[in-house]
Amino acid sequence: MPSRQSPSDGSETRSAQGVTTQQSGVRPTGDSPTPILPAASPASTAATRDADTDAGDISGSTGKPRSLFTDALFDLRRKPMFLIPLVLILFLAVVAIFPGLFTSVDPRFCQLSDAAKGPEAGHIFGFNRQGCDTFSRTVHGARASLEVGLLVTVGAVLLGAIVGAVAGFYGGLVDSILSRLTDVFFALPLLLGAIVFLSSFPNRNVFVVSFALIVLGWPQIARIMRGSVIGVKDADYVLAARALGAKDRRLMFRHVLPNAIAPVIVVATISLGIFIVAEATLSYLGIGLPPTTVSWGGDINSATDALRTTPRILLIPAAALSITVLSFILLGEAVREALDPRLR
Amino acid sequence: MGRYVVRRLLQMIPVFIGSTLLIFLLVNLTPGDPLLNLAGDRALDPTVRAQLTEQFHLNRNVFLQYLYFMQGIFTLDFGTTFSGRPVLDIMKDAFPITIRLAVLALLFEAVVGLPAGLIAGLRRGKLFDSTSLIASLVVIAIPIFVLGFVIQLFVAIKLGIGSPTVGVTTPWKDLLLPAVVLGSLSLAYILRLTRTSVAENARSDYVRTATAKGLGRKRVVTVHLLRNSMIPVVTFLGADLGALMGGALVTEGIFNIKGVGGTLFLSITRGETATVVSLVTVLVLVYLVANLVVDLLYAVLDPRIRYA
Repeated sequence: MPSRQSPSDGSETRSAQGVTTQQSGVRPTGDSPTPILPAASPASTAATRDADTDAGDISGSTGKPRSLFTDALFDLRRKPMFLIPLVLILFLAVVAIFPGLFTSVDPRFCQLSDAAKGPEAGHIFGFNRQGCDTFSRTVHGARASLEVGLLVTVGAVLLGAIVGAVAGFYGGLVDSILSRLTDVFFALPLLLGAIVFLSSFPNRNVFVVSFALIVLGWPQIARIMRGSVIGVKDADYVLAARALGAKDRRLMFRHVLPNAIAPVIVVATISLGIFIVAEATLSYLGIGLPPTTVSWGGDINSATDALRTTPRILLIPAAALSITVLSFILLGEAVREALDPRLR
Repeated sequence: MGRYVVRRLLQMIPVFIGSTLLIFLLVNLTPGDPLLNLAGDRALDPTVRAQLTEQFHLNRNVFLQYLYFMQGIFTLDFGTTFSGRPVLDIMKDAFPITIRLAVLALLFEAVVGLPAGLIAGLRRGKLFDSTSLIASLVVIAIPIFVLGFVIQLFVAIKLGIGSPTVGVTTPWKDLLLPAVVLGSLSLAYILRLTRTSVAENARSDYVRTATAKGLGRKRVVTVHLLRNSMIPVVTFLGADLGALMGGALVTEGIFNIKGVGGTLFLSITRGETATVVSLVTVLVLVYLVANLVVDLLYAVLDPRIRYA
């Protein structure tokens, strides 16, 4: 991100934003981006803040120049490409927390006499090959996916952000050691690494699967955080705060992190979708969540043999899974655009 | 160039040692008795147990075990499967098939993804651009095993285009559909990367210079613009290889292809842990080496790196 500081970039950003508007067909007119833009890139935010408030106030509620995040929120509030996935995700969260609101059928109540039967009253999607209610299992399967996705994202972001921020902030030997460590973990592909780990693990559950994905997923966050912190830490406002005697911890939390966290938030949102895919793939392969846990990946796995005869059993959890992942990816893309129009 | 290559090779050494150690630890530090499953429900005979413990060096400390593991890698001894067949032997049969599948997938990605990304990047904001951006997001969101089954069901079985399963001799034409499934995810990323990169570079000084000195539009776009816009794409391909391997595992499983992925898929579903671990270890090694090659290729494309 250091390349953003030349004055000419401002106009480029603006033109990029104008194009963005047309592409997504989201905003009716190109009016709103212009006043927002000067603060939309961290560098220019920094410049404004430098002159005005040293404290790095990100609340923006006191009449000071709006921060990157308030701007982003302002920008996002009226974008369907942000609101639609957000509503979907909130809905999925409700489904995951209170599945009983949507179905009163027990997903684990299965009668082989019902196996692969078509839809009937009270069972709108029919039954799977074990005679369990497909709709109920799909509703109850949301929890496992969202649990793993959320756990892994929180874990990977915490671990990755700490390692990346420390490496970027302190530099030197600390950076060299942490970066090599990151490289080592980064060298293991997510799915393959998780397969090695989980295939030799006897009793798997949500936490074990999440742990495996955190171990393999944090390096990406760490790399982005490190680069972002390096781009920010030598900014004038950080040097000014240091000159005023601010200690490392204050510099880090008040000045560096608030200005460096944006790319991590974007990647974290998209990663949430990717981690859900990873969990579902592992469960589909039979080495993710155990069969006792109701999960979309596991249900897709048990439906594969009946693909030709009753594809419905496979397609319904598959559709739920795809819509969930798509929601997170669309949300991440919308946030990315709002936080940095030039990235597109 | 030489200095860059040497530096990259030297950097590779600690990463290689660290990654192999990591795999080793992931496999060996998981709780449970590694020999427990060998005898099923009954207890393992003490003499057999002693022999196996000796054979797999289970009585040594972790560090020595790691050295034995590395010795196995360097002597290309990846152990045997449950049925007693050497893993290397399986690799010799399976790798050519997977490589053919991967080549087809990469061709599909390059032939469709690069031109589509180029067009989208050159005509930003037009219909083609916005359609391809949305379509690529949808493809990214669909897990590859879902896509595989959907294509197998609707294209191969219902429409009768291509083959739902691949024959024993693995003819090229049977591999076309699996290659489309395998390549689609990377295709979406390549399209988006190329588009962003082209859109950014189209405004650059060197493109303006090339146009100003009278070069034809075709030459400016293909030689000047596209070549420089390829840099992030090539970098992506290296990192993407890991995802491609995971994808091959799923795709080969779905279409019943007897490649590395298909073999691995069967080993996983049968619970043959030892085979899974050695196959994945080989794949990770291939991934590490391939990434090194990509890094070197990166230097060929980007003079700023070559002369650094």
